Amino acid sequence: MTNIVKTISRFMSGVVFFFGVYLLTNGHLSPGGGFAGGTVMAGAFVLMVLAFGDNIMHLRKTKEGSTIIENLAILMFLLFAAAGMWLGAKVFFHNYLDIGVAGKLVSAGTIPLFNVFVGIEVAAALFTVFLAFVIFKEEEQ
Amino acid sequence: MKEWIPLFVVLPLAGAFIIPVAGSVWKSTGRVVTPLLMLFLTVFSLLFFSFKPQVMVYYVGGWEPIDGIPVGIHFVVDGLSVLMLAIINVIAFAASFYSLSYMHRFTGDRYFYTLFCLMVAGMNGVVITGDLFNLFVFLEIAVISSYALVAFGIEKAELEASFKYQVLGGVASLLILLGIAVIYWQTQTLNLADISVVLQEAGNHKTLVFVQMLFIAGFGLKAAMIPFHAWLPDAHPSAPAPISAMLSGVLIKAVGVYSIMRLFFNMFAISYEISMLIVIIGTVSMVGGVFLAIGQWDFKRLLAYHSISQMGYVVVGIGMGMVILSVNGDQRIATLAITGGLFHMVNHAIFKSLLFLNSGALEYRTGTRMLREMGGVADQMPITSASTLSASMAISGIPPFNGFFSKLLIIIAAVAGGFYLIAVLAVVVSFITLASFMKAHRYAFSGIPKFKGKNMLKEVPFTMGLSMVFLASMCLGLSLLVIPFLRDLVLAPAVDALMNMLHYSQHIHGYTL
Repeated sequence: MTNIVKTISRFMSGVVFFFGVYLLTNGHLSPGGGFAGGTVMAGAFVLMVLAFGDNIMHLRKTKEGSTIIENLAILMFLLFAAAGMWLGAKVFFHNYLDIGVAGKLVSAGTIPLFNVFVGIEVAAALFTVFLAFVIFKEEEQ
Repeated sequence: MKEWIPLFVVLPLAGAFIIPVAGSVWKSTGRVVTPLLMLFLTVFSLLFFSFKPQVMVYYVGGWEPIDGIPVGIHFVVDGLSVLMLAIINVIAFAASFYSLSYMHRFTGDRYFYTLFCLMVAGMNGVVITGDLFNLFVFLEIAVISSYALVAFGIEKAELEASFKYQVLGGVASLLILLGIAVIYWQTQTLNLADISVVLQEAGNHKTLVFVQMLFIAGFGLKAAMIPFHAWLPDAHPSAPAPISAMLSGVLIKAVGVYSIMRLFFNMFAISYEISMLIVIIGTVSMVGGVFLAIGQWDFKRLLAYHSISQMGYVVVGIGMGMVILSVNGDQRIATLAITGGLFHMVNHAIFKSLLFLNSGALEYRTGTRMLREMGGVADQMPITSASTLSASMAISGIPPFNGFFSKLLIIIAAVAGGFYLIAVLAVVVSFITLASFMKAHRYAFSGIPKFKGKNMLKEVPFTMGLSMVFLASMCLGLSLLVIPFLRDLVLAPAVDALMNMLHYSQHIHGYTL
């Protein structure tokens, strides 16, 4: 890609990424949440690959990394959900943390935590799918 | 015991995502974790039989009903769920143990174990959930991982079969989702028990008939009943053998027939027309499947067509029970028909998985699936030969194997209930089944070897052999379920769950008419 695209992408992807983080951390207060935030975050990575990603070996390594992160995010989600079976009311998916004051950023118990891990999972999964397509197309040529 | 119900979903799901992470460090993680996990779940599901017929309700997230109206998702384990859980996990254990040797030939086997665990998690979820939309989500988890598993060999035929399966599976999911949407629109709730209560109060409605049609088509596609069967003869043979065993043995039951039973008995009020429709679909599948099967020369394809035919028996048994219940006929005959149907479902899970594992063993050693190209392997492969023989006897209904008793129950119920044509057809189909398996034995096990490398032929590896012997002994052992003590322990709670249709919603909702 040309220098113009590279420079602009370098600026923009950071903004896009942090907008995604904002959406996912405020998921319990405003519209948005894990899935929407994760999709936006994946967009930031996609932008960088479109601008800079022409090394297929590097892309393969990135794809392996994103697969692992995706799996770890689901495992963390599952761990937090299953922790409810031992904590508080001892029920699967129980909201065992302090509910706090409605409207504050740190409130709603486990829900923001779930949102964060759903966000990481969605971002990593969408990015993996995108990389799989890119690698497939590079291999065709 | 009740508080551990979510483990049926949590454990396989955790296994599915630990395997790719840990597998990148230690390659054998999947091979070690999966069979142990399935063994644990098998023992765990069998433990549930020791609790007498009571409906266990688990409120996910601790959301108790408010004023008797359910909020949040319920997990419900009753007799029918326990029976299904036992089938799913026993077959999954046998198939995963078998895979240890069989999957050596494939690359990327950690993805195989990941998808395998995911599929089991989905099926367990379908069986224990008490929420209509949750059922759809778990159903999608199970079938989407099965799409990937069918294409696992990534040869041309496998990808084509998987594509066909995905298109038809997608149509089925769409029909089911539309049905769920209409139900939600009509009743403003998604809890199965709550929907049942709302429908009882509202009385019969034309929209309901439309939803029932959608569900019969959608779940019928998943269960591969005959007008909807086109994907099965391609998809089931293309998958690796342990996956064929899982698909034919449990997937079409857990997501297809189980859902039909649960929704039509415990959610909708049974009507005569719908029941007759189900009986007709079952009969057509039973007869059509076997006629399509007998002409096949590909062993796995022959087995796949037999799955359609044998599931026809199950649906006919259940359907006859529905018809008799809908016209307020003799309760004992309805009980007999439903018992026969459920018993045949258990038996079919065992012998059809065993037959697919056998076909995998033959393919493993002879390198072909075509019956004409095999021949004369009986001397070198005694375990495969003997276990195939016992499974063939079971599927054709030869005493003392388990298939005989369940077919007998269905035929007795058909005669007692006045379905004489079905009784005659069931006997005829059983004879044709026997004929087609005699053909398979004649070409695969006796005669002169025709395949390449026949001098190198020997018995399959230990883990494959042990799984086959385990299932073959269950083919004999399950005929003990006709003994009243064992029948009361295993089958009767499941039959009760279907016979006392309103008991399900009354127990969960606390509602009485």
